[in-house]
Amino acid sequence: MNANAIAGVALPKSSPGPARLRWLATDAWVLARRQFAHIRQIPEKLFDVTLQPIMFVLLFAYVFGGVIHVPGGGDYHEYLIGGILVQTLVFGLMGPGTSMATDLGEGIIDRFTSLPMSRPAYLIGHLTAEFCATVLAITIMIISGLIVGWGVNSTALEALAGFGLLLLLAITMIWVGTLIGVLVRSADAVQGIAFVTVFPLTFVANTFVPVGGLPDGLRQVAEYNPVSCWAAAVRTLFGNPTAIPSGSAWPLEHSVVAGLIWCLAILAVVIPLTVRGFRKRTTG
Amino acid sequence: MNQDTQTSHAVVAAGLGKRYGEQWALHEFDLAVPTGSVLGLLGHNGAGKTTAIRILTTLAAPTEGSATVAGHDVVTEPAAVRDQIGLTSQAATVDGLMSGLANLEMIGRLYHLPRKVAQARAQELLAELALEDAGDRLVRDYSGGMRRRLDLAASLVASPPVLFLDEPTTGLDPESRNELWDLLRQLVGGGTTLILTTQYLEEADQLADEVVLLDHGKIVATGSPAQLKARHGGERVVVTVDASEELAAAAQALERVAAGRAEIDHEELFVTAPASESTRLIEVVRALEDGGVDAHDVRRREATLDDVFFSLTSPRGTRATSPTAATPTPTDTEEAPA
Repeated sequence: MNANAIAGVALPKSSPGPARLRWLATDAWVLARRQFAHIRQIPEKLFDVTLQPIMFVLLFAYVFGGVIHVPGGGDYHEYLIGGILVQTLVFGLMGPGTSMATDLGEGIIDRFTSLPMSRPAYLIGHLTAEFCATVLAITIMIISGLIVGWGVNSTALEALAGFGLLLLLAITMIWVGTLIGVLVRSADAVQGIAFVTVFPLTFVANTFVPVGGLPDGLRQVAEYNPVSCWAAAVRTLFGNPTAIPSGSAWPLEHSVVAGLIWCLAILAVVIPLTVRGFRKRTTG
Repeated sequence: MNQDTQTSHAVVAAGLGKRYGEQWALHEFDLAVPTGSVLGLLGHNGAGKTTAIRILTTLAAPTEGSATVAGHDVVTEPAAVRDQIGLTSQAATVDGLMSGLANLEMIGRLYHLPRKVAQARAQELLAELALEDAGDRLVRDYSGGMRRRLDLAASLVASPPVLFLDEPTTGLDPESRNELWDLLRQLVGGGTTLILTTQYLEEADQLADEVVLLDHGKIVATGSPAQLKARHGGERVVVTVDASEELAAAAQALERVAAGRAEIDHEELFVTAPASESTRLIEVVRALEDGGVDAHDVRRREATLDDVFFSLTSPRGTRATSPTAATPTPTDTEEAPA
């Protein structure tokens, strides 16, 4: 090998202002593409946001659907999809958590941190890649919903707001997952934590069955569970049956507003914690 | 530190320290690495080698002290420092789920090279590091030696004038290690300044112009490998026995006539101790006889860096202090900050 070939490539000079923003965008995209490359190699990574929701749709629509009645009338399949959309997005925190914990546990994060790339690019690239995966998940859900008889019965504006809320919830959960990934020591820990918190959270709720039939105590928990509120909000905005009797808890009666508040409140807490934790792990 | 030192030296550190809780991972760390030379940071696990590298590569903020790399302050101008350095840390610093080519291209893009240039550079480096046939394969399928070479290639993408390698050959077989050493020598021949950490004394002996020996976060000796051997080495007396039960008695007997404490090798069944000029082999033999040790072999030999390492570091809280050490530390316990 000759040493001359190894020496000798000129770096572009770093420049201020708009160029910085451009670098941030290109650097983040380069890093997001890295995660797409991971999905190409391990497609199973996407199972939790693709096959799993389809499985839940089929399971609840056809196995349990026959015995579950929506109080106040309405089609169970119409009721179900809002719940599964929300459940999938909440479960979606596992992906970003695992990939963040994996990267932080390896030397590659040191390499990225020691490069002269734009500082926030790594986090933004990570969030971008995870967001793309979630958009794919939502699309799959909508399609499988349409197949089993779900539909949008509201105005175009309301439906648009419904999709907006789904995307906001997706972003919220990606940040929550990222925070978990920054805090834990290994990718396995993310799975463990996510499972014991997300599983009860998405089941003690109106996700699959209306909460009216739950025993006292559990019913109140379900009524104030943010997952119930998000599912109710999505159903409301898409014009699906909500099965919320009048006189229910405030967050269920005003589910759209409450759902928004939940998302924004969680983001307000989680974003600064994540950024601080990430800095500490990478340049502490 | 003055301007002259900064221009003639690629890396300068003054009173650098890093504290985690009550523990100083690195303390009173001074360094001046001339441009184009090789510095070996030597020490056990936890001696502070990686902490020093992390501070100098802007991955950790020092608790106290200051450092410049290529003339830029690591705390106040981290971006300028990152433009000038390449780093290969201990763990895998390449992406196992991407091809070697894609990895290098990605790094080039993150150095803001245009796509075409990044691609060409990636191909060029793969060829230089004998990885061109593996360029399209996933890195997770690489052998240890191949992956380490790719790690190094990734650090060379932007031809950084200052290269940091944290234990570059750990886990490599001797052949791969020799190949990597050759490569590093060529880089240094081309003008690169190299700072490497290692637990292998032979590696420091082979590559380093200057060695800094760290123990419990403090510098215990600095100098060229030859200087260190001369200063802390001198000659050694080696006593080989037939049975492991005799090792302790042999060590005891040897310490009575040698110039320092004896080191026992339980596997190879021998005991080593520093010899002073007045130490005579016949005295050693007599002492062994008095101790009832049936020695198999008794001989003198030149000190190795291993001997220096052993005499200056404290594996079990005992340390032979040497008045000639660059910065002798009289105590073993880490001094908690006031």
